[in-house]
Amino acid sequence: MEEKLVLHFPPTLIDKPIISDLVRKYDLHFNILKAYITPEEEGNLVLELKGEEKNLNSAIEELKNMGVKVQSIKSDVKMIEERCIHCTVCIPLCPVGAIYFEKETESVKFNPEKCIACGICIKACPTKAMVLTI
Amino acid sequence: MRKTIAEINEKIKKGKAVVVTAEELIDMCKKQGVKKVAKEIDVVTTGTFGPMCSSGLFINFGHANPRIKMGGGKVYLNGVPAYAGLAAVDVYIGASALPDNDPRNTEYPGDFKYGGGHVIEDLVAGKEVKLEVMTYKTDCYPRKELSTWIKLSDVNEAILFNPRNCYQNYNVAVNLSKKTIYTYMGILKPELGNANYCSAGQLSPLLKDPYLKTIGFGTRIFLGGGVGYVAWWGTQFNPSVKRRKNGIPLSPGCTLALIGDLKQMKPEFLRGASLTGYGVSLIVGIGIPIPVLNEEICRWAAIPDEEIYAPVVDYSNDYPNCKDKVLGEVNYAQLKSGKIELMGKEVPTGSLSSYKKAKEIASILKEWILKGEFLLTEKIFDFPGPESGYTFKSLKIRE
Ligand code: SF4
Ligand code: SF4
Repeated sequence: MEEKLVLHFPPTLIDKPIISDLVRKYDLHFNILKAYITPEEEGNLVLELKGEEKNLNSAIEELKNMGVKVQSIKSDVKMIEERCIHCTVCIPLCPVGAIYFEKETESVKFNPEKCIACGICIKACPTKAMVLTI
Repeated sequence: MRKTIAEINEKIKKGKAVVVTAEELIDMCKKQGVKKVAKEIDVVTTGTFGPMCSSGLFINFGHANPRIKMGGGKVYLNGVPAYAGLAAVDVYIGASALPDNDPRNTEYPGDFKYGGGHVIEDLVAGKEVKLEVMTYKTDCYPRKELSTWIKLSDVNEAILFNPRNCYQNYNVAVNLSKKTIYTYMGILKPELGNANYCSAGQLSPLLKDPYLKTIGFGTRIFLGGGVGYVAWWGTQFNPSVKRRKNGIPLSPGCTLALIGDLKQMKPEFLRGASLTGYGVSLIVGIGIPIPVLNEEICRWAAIPDEEIYAPVVDYSNDYPNCKDKVLGEVNYAQLKSGKIELMGKEVPTGSLSSYKKAKEIASILKEWILKGEFLLTEKIFDFPGPESGYTFKSLKIRE
């Protein structure tokens, strides 16, 4: 089984080797897609975790118990196209280039495949075209 | 070659006027030269679509039975306070108004989900809006309270009156500090993480007629999807700013006060805006026709993005503390490319103003003129020019 997750680490946990410990303990494979620290000093890690279903679930459980917020990337961000005015102000804020400008149509486009649900575009969009759907 | 507005209007009525958008004009002038193009073209259309906080709406609700005196009382539209210091049933709701119970920035950065700009968008979209009034009783206006629903078609007048729109050029905002800041220019990431601008550049009305030779009191325009007029020069009008040789101001210069009938307007061109950590606003669509009366006017209207420069300003320290420091100048072609070079760093850019919508507005105005539905107006008088010494002052705080 494979899952794409966003892990939000509170500042107190940032420098602990949590992931490597878990991976060893539960025999998981992982692939880090993105790591960054927010202005509020929360550590964010976007990763794919692979392994046996019950091991994966135990690992997620353990993370939650430690105080790490675990968000599955299925709880997703969506662009409501009718609300987008194609201003571009969200583009430089997206950490993974999931929102981009398409030259041919002079339009702003959203690629949900790349999105890691960080939520910054939701804050940045003046017309509330970017929304969180759970 | 010299044309008059009357001559151009005759051509418009006969369906013979030659009209292009400013973007099309730029292309033509590059290929054929201004001299030739100026003879051929009668009207150039411009457009802009961006947040403009100094906007608002006058409403007359009509009288209820028994009567109520809103003037001097408290009036709310969907919970957003309207200004009621006018006659019995006239109010003004400003784009930046917030509900009394909005947490504002107490939960920093505030969301500013709904405010005056959104009320205006809801009204123009034909939605029902809740009207609540609390006031005092008089012999001729006995009612003290009222709560009802209204929509745009119910009210007598709904007059959009914006004291300051259509800025001639604007700052490019950056953040030199070490923390993210939330401004009216959007979210700015630390240490030059991004650079935000807010102008349509080569399509923006006042950049296409930099000395307002054709735009003045009474100029008929596209406003919010309907027809509007230039009602005065805008607040903070500053024709005396430093300019480049081509007439383009180096910093924000002239502005316009605009007026129009909301009942003609469309929600596609008037949108409420929420600026995280800052407040609410109204995104206004404006298009101004420029009559090509002579070659000089054509040359100005054909100034391309590459020749329109905007000042880069730090919004973490310099802007809040009124320091007139400019970190650099960049042109709109660079800004629109998605990145600029600043202080030895490559900085990604974003715009608050929509160029795509600005282009749509310029095209719609062009269609109106081509179809003979929109005639040009002679301005009634000129606004103060650079030679007048008219400028804008800051507020001195004294005991
Ligand atoms: S939530 Fe928005 S900013 Fe964050 S990754 Fe997805 S598209 Fe980009
Ligand atoms: S900020 Fe909102 S309106 Fe502007 S381009 Fe992004 S999604 Fe569209």
